[in-house]
Amino acid sequence: MAQILAPSTQWQMRITKPSQNASPITSKMWSSLVLRPNKKVGATSSAKFRVMAIKSDNSTINRLEQLLNLDVSPYTDKIIAEYIWIGGTGIDVRSKSRTIPRPVEHPSELPKWNYDGSSTGQAPGEDSEVILYPQAIFKDPFRGGNNILVICDSYTPQGEPIPTNKRHKAAEIFSNPKVQAEVPWYGIEQEYTLLQTNVKWPLGWPTGGYPGPQGPYYCGAGADKSFGRDISDAHYKACLYAGINISGTNGEVMPGQWEYQVGPSVGIEAGDHIWCSRYILERITEQAGVVLSLDPKPIEGDWNGAGCHTNYSTKSMREDGGFEVIKKAILNLSLRHVDHISAYGEGNERRLTGKHETASIDTFSWGVANRGCSIRVGRDTEKNGKGYLEDRRPASNMDPYVVTGLLAETTLLWEPTLEAEALAAQKLALKV
Amino acid sequence: MTIISDLINLNLSDVTDKVIAEYVWIGGSGLDLRSKARTLPEPVNDPSKLPKWNYDGSSTGQAPGQDSEVILCPQAIFRDPFRRGENILVMCDAYTPAGEPIPTNKRHGAAQIFNNPEVAAEEPWYGIEQEYTLMQKEVNWPVGWPVGGYPGPQGPYYCGVGADKAFARDVVDSHYKACLYAGINISGVNGEVMPAQWEFQVGPAVGITAGDQLWIARYILERITEAAGVRLSLDPKPVTGDWNGAGAHTNYSTKSMRNDGGYEVIKTAIEKLGKRHSEHIAAYGEGNERRLTGKHETANIKTFLWGVANRGASVRVGRDTEKEGKGYFEDRRPASNMDPYVVTSMIAETTILWKP
Repeated sequence: MAQILAPSTQWQMRITKPSQNASPITSKMWSSLVLRPNKKVGATSSAKFRVMAIKSDNSTINRLEQLLNLDVSPYTDKIIAEYIWIGGTGIDVRSKSRTIPRPVEHPSELPKWNYDGSSTGQAPGEDSEVILYPQAIFKDPFRGGNNILVICDSYTPQGEPIPTNKRHKAAEIFSNPKVQAEVPWYGIEQEYTLLQTNVKWPLGWPTGGYPGPQGPYYCGAGADKSFGRDISDAHYKACLYAGINISGTNGEVMPGQWEYQVGPSVGIEAGDHIWCSRYILERITEQAGVVLSLDPKPIEGDWNGAGCHTNYSTKSMREDGGFEVIKKAILNLSLRHVDHISAYGEGNERRLTGKHETASIDTFSWGVANRGCSIRVGRDTEKNGKGYLEDRRPASNMDPYVVTGLLAETTLLWEPTLEAEALAAQKLALKV
Repeated sequence: MTIISDLINLNLSDVTDKVIAEYVWIGGSGLDLRSKARTLPEPVNDPSKLPKWNYDGSSTGQAPGQDSEVILCPQAIFRDPFRRGENILVMCDAYTPAGEPIPTNKRHGAAQIFNNPEVAAEEPWYGIEQEYTLMQKEVNWPVGWPVGGYPGPQGPYYCGVGADKAFARDVVDSHYKACLYAGINISGVNGEVMPAQWEFQVGPAVGITAGDQLWIARYILERITEAAGVRLSLDPKPVTGDWNGAGAHTNYSTKSMRNDGGYEVIKTAIEKLGKRHSEHIAAYGEGNERRLTGKHETANIKTFLWGVANRGASVRVGRDTEKEGKGYFEDRRPASNMDPYVVTSMIAETTILWKP
């Protein structure tokens, strides 16, 4: 009897390689997860979703899927490594792939590489090579098998981190013994907005108009309240597959806006996991034919912005008596408000207005369960006398290396003068 | 799944020993690829065991109608990623019935150069960076570009991600795996500076295999774009104006260059290339003058210029090579539509055999 080679069956039969519990997501599963062509979403939406895979002209067969899902491991030990780095704007991610002779476990086994920095605004044309150092490995949810995604940072040929390389400094902060001893944990809540491709207007919004006012959309369900859930759900599973510490997801207050959370992550991992999750998200929106926006205030007016609230705790904060440590940390943060704000994302002033669940960019405030503050402390933390704090100031386009490093630096390595501390304590009503 | 899908994917190895061999050759324009298939009684691993074949040269501009048979000599075997099983792709070159290579057969001359003992002793390695542009099928305009208009200017697209920056990645990713499956030494892939333009690299490959592998990789790419409903363009300057062209930068090294003291050998080789600049340029692809303007990371077609890490040069030497005193160099002049047999053998000939 002729044997039919269906891609998904092939995957299940051939998974014998170590460290794999779930089968990777095949293209077939993608098309059931991702929006189908010509599906209408929202009552008045005219957005058409295209699976960015080219629609085959040959309507009976699409052979690309089989090749995309081809498991080459029976024929070769070679794997494909997608090297990922941050480009010249500090927010654009770039990637290219190379063949590696056999599977690897640790980034130190991967070769350094280089790219054309003159094409990303990071080097001049006559001296264009920028060197890539592999720093973290994740499983590739798009290629499956033993193929990997590699988060890298960028250096000059002489070995100096280039100006846009923020990871290097963060790694130094996290290697400091004082910081290491405190085992800093981060939980980052990445918000993002989905836009239609041909007009820069949010997904599901009528072109030339607005949906009904905010209210029904937060964690909402229904074709008139939730736009683009397939992207959020596909992203969730892809991140879990990749090994990213994704802890949850929800629909946000503004329609077409979503959030996912990564954490708790220790030290430098927080940044690596967020950047890899952003890359995976942009690959998914690419496939879905939708544009990802990390702008902190995509629509002016009575519409929420997008932030990247960063939850933070140290060993001392998590142990008995931690609430006092938290209050001292908040004191330090209040004295460095301007330094933090300038590093918390471009365009944040359009978002931190004091309205829409933000605190005004000029004032530093804190409170328990108060979403209108710069720093919020949960009721549980207050009740248990230990826990963590939430810095609500970072914008959705913040660099997690910068923010996590700065939080550790300000609360663990920096000390204010005694007078400044006393004044601030009085102002914030903090008895420390 | 439809009946047709099931049949295409039928695994024949359970019911018969027969295999299908797709013979692939280069047509009359020097750039068009042709192929046809035949049944073989059992699997074959050695090209010399495959039968010679023939085709109608008058239909490919390679022979007159009254004497139209052109003979196909199998030269290299690859696994067929479309038919899979034990089926194969066979790279061939073309001869007259009398046994002479026809004028468009550039492999024959290249093979002679690579068989020369002086060249063979130097073990020439090649890494070829093939750039290409994907065009929409119905209009002669790149994929993802608005018809009647242009996308935003170059900047975000190089190695870019996202629906507004990377167009038709599925073609690229399926090509990568198909080539690995076929046994081609594909070493990497990236999105290029112009949107809808991509690049893959083949190598390092020794001598004549560089040409064989690149031609089969081009064939596989054209089969994939056929299935995807987009058109492959190897034109070196598909869109005029402030848009990058498409090249086929050829990285090259010999045994002497890879050993200690290699940097001097490299410099001598580059000087020789400089003395034969016009001969090389004439063989580096039709229409290259539209691409090599001196802008968009190219050197002007009339000047020969070399430099370390300089992407505006004719020949670029990497910083690693300079630092270690040995390595390889990159000839950035070949256009995307170059013939790899011609380019690889000419570089070997000029740098190893030619005495100025």
